[in-house]
Amino acid sequence: MGMPISLALRRGEEPLADEVFGWLRWVDATFSTYKSDSEISRLVRGELRPHHTHPLVREVLGQAAALVAPTKGYFDIHARGQLDPSGYVKGWAVQMASELLLARGSHDHCINAGGDIRAHGRNAEGRPWRIAVQDPQDPAEIRWIIETEDLAVATSGTYARGDHVIDPHTGQAALALSSVTVVGQDLALADAYATAALAMGTDARHWLSMLEGYDAALIDAGGGTWSSIGWPCEDE
Amino acid sequence: MRRVILTLVVTAAVLVLLLGYKTASLKSLPTVAIAPTSNSTSKAGTTKGTKTIDGAVVQTQFGPVQVRVTIKSGKLTEVVPLQLPSDRSRDQEIASYSVPILRSEALKAQSAQIDMVSGATYTSQGYIQSLQAALDQARGA
Repeated sequence: MGMPISLALRRGEEPLADEVFGWLRWVDATFSTYKSDSEISRLVRGELRPHHTHPLVREVLGQAAALVAPTKGYFDIHARGQLDPSGYVKGWAVQMASELLLARGSHDHCINAGGDIRAHGRNAEGRPWRIAVQDPQDPAEIRWIIETEDLAVATSGTYARGDHVIDPHTGQAALALSSVTVVGQDLALADAYATAALAMGTDARHWLSMLEGYDAALIDAGGGTWSSIGWPCEDE
Repeated sequence: MRRVILTLVVTAAVLVLLLGYKTASLKSLPTVAIAPTSNSTSKAGTTKGTKTIDGAVVQTQFGPVQVRVTIKSGKLTEVVPLQLPSDRSRDQEIASYSVPILRSEALKAQSAQIDMVSGATYTSQGYIQSLQAALDQARGA
């Protein structure tokens, strides 16, 4: 997936890492827009018909398409006329990996793919997972620490090395917000909501506060913070 | 230069991720004792309370790794790679991964209890031996 992926597992469960990384490599080979022979790339070029794609490709594209309306068009994998499901695939792939691990009997694990995290159970010290959210304007600073035994955490933002999120309605870079973090049960949704919220800019606070089952916190371009009522932690 | 014996959990994951290899799981690898070599240096910065420390050069199975840390008023503020395993075709890729990862490590190092970091770009879990060596050297110095 072109990014570092880290996986924390219990001692003795190392063979599961092979399955997880095998799965993530398959996702990358199938969905990556950077790989010319991926199904997505071939779909885009018209070399592959939608009904000939892998069932999981159809499932992902369907799920992502269903998010256009709830996000008021701010999450749109067909934005600007080009199919790019990457914003959904990353969170979905990690969520699937976590469910794979649960099915294999791993109830204590934490997966981090480029800042999108799914945590279950407890860490090696027997405590709930502690997940820090960086301040994008100063990556050495922590803004929040989330403690959890069952949560998906997705952050979308404009960090020093990241690409800007584009507002699909205007085609311009969304600059009002520096980062948005969304937490909940499904990492694919959390990821899509965080991306949509970042693109929304100042209107994101209201929209995020209306989300069912998901909470959020954000940092605006001026460094100010906001969090939803159910946001699970204090500011650091 | 005082020699300090350090014990840390070796998580090769960050290094292997940097180099694109299949990785073993984190937190399940054996502990390893390392000592900073005598070529590690510690310079007190001219700014009050700032220290720059070069960690030990750690020989990994992929090549040498060394990082430099900056500590301001007791807080880790910067981590940069001085030496990474050199492989011409992958130098750029490694460099582009390493800085955000090392920053994330610096952030986690400020509070030993952080497990993962959520951020918009590349973040990763695990300790790099050289970073840990530099940090422990800073605490001990």
